[in-house]
Amino acid sequence: MLTRTLNISTSPHIAKGISTDVIMQNVVWALVPATLFAAYSFGISAVLVISVSVISCVLTEHFLCKFSKKGSTISDWSAVITGLLLGLTLPPIFPLWMTFCGGVIAIALGKFVFGGLGYNVFNPALVGRAVLQAAFPVAITTWYPAFLENRFTSVATSLTALPFMQPTFDGTSGATPLSAFKFDHITANTSDLALGLVSGSTGETCAALIFLGGLYLIARNMMNWRIPVAILGSVFVFSGVLYLFDSQVYPSPVFMIFSGGLMLGAMFMATDMVGSPITSLGVVIYGVFIGVLVVVIRIWGGLPEGVMYAILLGNALSPQIDKMIKPRVYGTANHKK
Amino acid sequence: MLSFHKNTFRHGVHPPEYKDETRGLPIRQFPFAPVIILPTVQHIGAPSEIVVREGQEVLRGQLLAKSGGYVSVPVHAPVSGTIRKITNVPTITGKMVPGIYLEAFPASGQEVMEGTPIEIETATGEEILQGIQAAGIVGLGGAAFPTHVKLKIPEDKCCEVLIINGIECEPFLTTDHRVMLEQADDIFMGIRYLLKATGAKRVIIGIEANKQDAAKHLKGQAPNDLPVTIKVVPVKYPQGSEKMLITSLLGYEVPSGGLPIEVDSVVVNVATTAEIGRLLPHGRGIQERVVTITGPGVKKKGNYLIPVGTPLRYVLEQVGVDKHISEVYMGGPMMGVAVSNLDISIVKGTSGILVFGEKDVKKTSKVYPCIKCGACVDACPISLNPSRLGILAKFEAYDQMVEDYHLLDCFECGSCSYVCPSHIPLVQYFRLSKSIVRKRQAIKQAAANVN
Ligand code: SF4
Ligand code: SF4
Repeated sequence: MLTRTLNISTSPHIAKGISTDVIMQNVVWALVPATLFAAYSFGISAVLVISVSVISCVLTEHFLCKFSKKGSTISDWSAVITGLLLGLTLPPIFPLWMTFCGGVIAIALGKFVFGGLGYNVFNPALVGRAVLQAAFPVAITTWYPAFLENRFTSVATSLTALPFMQPTFDGTSGATPLSAFKFDHITANTSDLALGLVSGSTGETCAALIFLGGLYLIARNMMNWRIPVAILGSVFVFSGVLYLFDSQVYPSPVFMIFSGGLMLGAMFMATDMVGSPITSLGVVIYGVFIGVLVVVIRIWGGLPEGVMYAILLGNALSPQIDKMIKPRVYGTANHKK
Repeated sequence: MLSFHKNTFRHGVHPPEYKDETRGLPIRQFPFAPVIILPTVQHIGAPSEIVVREGQEVLRGQLLAKSGGYVSVPVHAPVSGTIRKITNVPTITGKMVPGIYLEAFPASGQEVMEGTPIEIETATGEEILQGIQAAGIVGLGGAAFPTHVKLKIPEDKCCEVLIINGIECEPFLTTDHRVMLEQADDIFMGIRYLLKATGAKRVIIGIEANKQDAAKHLKGQAPNDLPVTIKVVPVKYPQGSEKMLITSLLGYEVPSGGLPIEVDSVVVNVATTAEIGRLLPHGRGIQERVVTITGPGVKKKGNYLIPVGTPLRYVLEQVGVDKHISEVYMGGPMMGVAVSNLDISIVKGTSGILVFGEKDVKKTSKVYPCIKCGACVDACPISLNPSRLGILAKFEAYDQMVEDYHLLDCFECGSCSYVCPSHIPLVQYFRLSKSIVRKRQAIKQAAANVN
């Protein structure tokens, strides 16, 4: 005789079996190669910047949840991604106390005030970085040469600057390829760029490894490939047209693709699902918008790099794109025969 | 972007099929249960009206309850026996409805009572429709909508194509597959009746590519004088829904809120067709149906011909289930309903019984916020935005759901919930929202009528 109490669940009773926390974890795995390369090229300093950033994001998320009497949401891994991304976009000698502040801001201002994961308009890591850029314009544009002899034995003095003290920088010699181009018109060697043998933010330098991480996510169907394709494609085409027009004034499209934070931004930040449109056509528009903006800011703007602002503007535009681009609902056209 | 692709519809999902274990098993007769429970609500529409009294002895096939109106069908005795009790009986929705407890004669010979035959040569379309209603036939694919109502072509419309639905896109289920393999003659006989009833000029039998053997068999058996084509379409859920099937087979869409007849077609499930072909020549009523019983918790999986009204508990005891069963569904895993009470019975619309053990159900998958991944948007066959609808449902913004996001076009196929990585119970939200909207509309309507 069957006497068991049965569970009641609503249909569908099967699920595809991919889960949000697993997607988030995989994004973290995909960032591991770029992170390891950062540790290798900038040494202990980079490890410290990235670790502090991650820890700060996770702690902030945990305590904000606790204070607002909600269950902690750190197990969804999204705070780890924010921390990693923020750390990777900062200069490797960025003072640690500033990094910590950046993490707090990213989570609190970039995510929590909107209502947490899924409700944020902007990519939290970029919000953190944008605020840091406004607050510490000198520190965030002071670069540091990669592959220093002593990178595994000592850390840059600016790193350990005490809070609210003006840090002293000892790394002014590490101009990035983009600023070198912008201000001195020197173009870096393409293969050096792709392989990350140049100066730059902690984790943005090795375009090849970032690309590989992105490919992994695309292969696992955890990232919308249309976004990086649209961004990189439009950057390539737009800057290519300019280059053909006058190769003396404008940088080559290959240089544009591999320099600065474009690869990391296109692969890992613009693809943040929360901040991008939801339809396939929508993300293409979004990607092209970002790509064009990157070129415009880099070439005609006052800053050497524009990826961050371009993506933030793209995020701001996303809800509008979603309102405008709606797939045609089944059975709503004049269709018969 | 193309608005539709050849031989298929937009979006949809590809759940694992899980059909291998039962697709090769021939239909087997199920034993008669000692007591049969027959609810008067086994179809969509008005309940049937009971015409027998307690203590009466009835023969297999005898009329027990007549149609309660036009959108209603009668109920026949699936077994000879004695009417034990007329009282409220449980149904899968949890609601009690009037019904009959019928105690079978022990070892009854079970001769079937015959009625007035509907001859295909002489009967008019109208007589065939009446015959279909009198036989108690409803959509056996699961919807259980009275078939004669669906076949009634409105005065100003004409039916050009009759579509026979042999898609069976729900995972696990193999009843239609077996019916196509074993009851080809009944199917073609049924098609003759349907052609006459609807006035359709041609017939397309739609079959998914995972049932090539059935397609081949039907092709071989098709009588030369029937204008029938058999079309194999790629496997995709929810292709078995009428609208999706029409798009797959004919390439155009049924207008939002409309019925297939607006594009000059009528869709009938293949098992329903076979039933019509089998019952009408003898004037019989429907007494049994093919049910796939499967799932990891079942010992003797198979496709069984089960008398309507057989208690679910009896069915599970006969096929044997694991000690640790935890969930039982009636229907397929995508749209089927979870059973809370084993004392309900197999009804005309029961296409499958799935049994899952404790270890087979991924329990309490954690629900995360919507991360706007867009998977649901790419899955919805109606091209709705389930992500947005889900958020609006949370805020109870029902008007906006209906007006800006086409809530009422959702037919609850479950594709969106199936793909959602955040495990948001989207369909459940939509089901609730729709019923709230409908209630509000009814109240408005009633108020308007009073004034
Ligand atoms: S599938 Fe789920 S998480 Fe993804 S957009 Fe739809 S509702 Fe949101
Ligand atoms: S249940 Fe409704 S919203 Fe979800 S996929 Fe099916 S039709 Fe679309």
